[in-house]
Amino acid sequence: MPTITFTQSTGEAAEITVEEGTSLMRAAVTNGIEGIVGECGGQAMCATCHIYVRPEFAGQLPEVSDDEDEMLDCTTAERTHASRLGCQIKMSGPLANIVVDVPSDQV
Amino acid sequence: MATNMVERTFIIGAGQAGVQVADSLRAEGYAGEITILNDEAAFPYQRPPLSKDYLAADSAGTALPLRGPDFFASKDITLRPGAAVAVDTAARRVTLADGSTLGYTHLVFATGAANRQLPCPGASLPGVHALRTLDDAQNLQAALANAQRVVVIGAGFIGLEFAAAARSRELEVTVLEFAPRPMGRALSATSSEWFATRHRDEGIDLRLNEGVASIERAGNGLVVESTTGDRYPADLVLYGVGVAPRTELAEAAGLATDNGILVDSGLRTAADGVLAVGDCASFPNAHTGSRTRLESVQNATDHGRHAARSIMGHHTDYAETPWFWSTQGNLRLQIAGISHPDDLPVLLGDPASGKFSIALLRDGVLVAVESVNSAADHIAARKLVGRGIALDPATLTDPGFSLKALAKTSLAVSIPA
Repeated sequence: MPTITFTQSTGEAAEITVEEGTSLMRAAVTNGIEGIVGECGGQAMCATCHIYVRPEFAGQLPEVSDDEDEMLDCTTAERTHASRLGCQIKMSGPLANIVVDVPSDQV
Repeated sequence: MATNMVERTFIIGAGQAGVQVADSLRAEGYAGEITILNDEAAFPYQRPPLSKDYLAADSAGTALPLRGPDFFASKDITLRPGAAVAVDTAARRVTLADGSTLGYTHLVFATGAANRQLPCPGASLPGVHALRTLDDAQNLQAALANAQRVVVIGAGFIGLEFAAAARSRELEVTVLEFAPRPMGRALSATSSEWFATRHRDEGIDLRLNEGVASIERAGNGLVVESTTGDRYPADLVLYGVGVAPRTELAEAAGLATDNGILVDSGLRTAADGVLAVGDCASFPNAHTGSRTRLESVQNATDHGRHAARSIMGHHTDYAETPWFWSTQGNLRLQIAGISHPDDLPVLLGDPASGKFSIALLRDGVLVAVESVNSAADHIAARKLVGRGIALDPATLTDPGFSLKALAKTSLAVSIPA
């Protein structure tokens, strides 16, 4: 099964195994990854599952929707070109073993 | 309070608000004991997805937890199964259903709300469902797999979210609503009518001005008879006719209630050390100037954070901007602020395009914005409402106007109302 590695701003990394189709937010919340909140339950409404996707995976990501784009303007930590909402990225083949960085602040 | 007494916060309810209080207390550096009482069998979970993603045909089939499995232990928070049956605010003691008692220095009611029962004959027949808990959602998910004809009673958020989920499974869906329009308590007429049209376009038989009279068993299924005398065969009936706050325990403890447990702007009741948060709390709302009780994730989490600061001794007036959302199939409704039927609605955008917002003005001041498939408007509205911004309707309807630009540039010019 594919894995996701969540790297904290402290450098600490956690690799978790997920089923295909699971969102990065659900995977993080279900596994208790510090710093991923998912307050709205995955509806792109709250911007508390903000992550930075490592550049080597950027080309494999789904397009940013208008909704996600607007929410990314509301993140607590700075938005960068690597910013995404974890709830909008579902695991699929090309994303296997993806590595993302968790911002220092989410709320 | 004696200085050598152990600080202990006892939270009744393990929903979004109760868990947030505990989380925020630790984040604020609270060193005392924290216990959350969970009266459901399930590990604390998020409710909003239950009427949306959870019921979709491609559902993951598992609840989304509020926190990870190690969260409570790692934060030294005791998650205790059980229910409270009595509170003695003078002795600062809670009695649980198993007979045990627990003392507290702070007590937080996060008891939530319960579904209103359907007031008609046949309401408790097998096949008639409500939707609030994970148990309810699991029952519905199983029932949906064997249903062909679904009748939904009540065209509120829950009813329409469920109707859209059932329709996406290509079931025959009828919605009965006694009021003249769907979501009538929450939405302006324009938005409400737009949703009615779109749900009908999706094939939902939305019947307005038509309530339920009775439900009967018929063969292997059910028949719902409406107030117009029409009869609708159904394999599954879902009702969503509102909720009532769970205040019984607080009332029995002598706390004042009036459609919710009465709290001040610090979310404190009149009893020393006792607070109430989330769906069960009636609080002075800075946005409406009156007491309100809100049922939303935003209200639950912001109350949770505020109550934690209150317990830590930081007293400020709660004034967070209320916001709400509903996703019905692929229709996204977002609301910022709280409107009143007398507010002046001003349309932004073109409903025919599938994306628009309604700005609601009261005495010329922006008090709420309803956005349909328009996240940019909604996000801007969260920043704009509640700031007393006066707007001329003519400004709003100018083709060059956008809420986003207004929020970004803070170009709001106060025009005397």
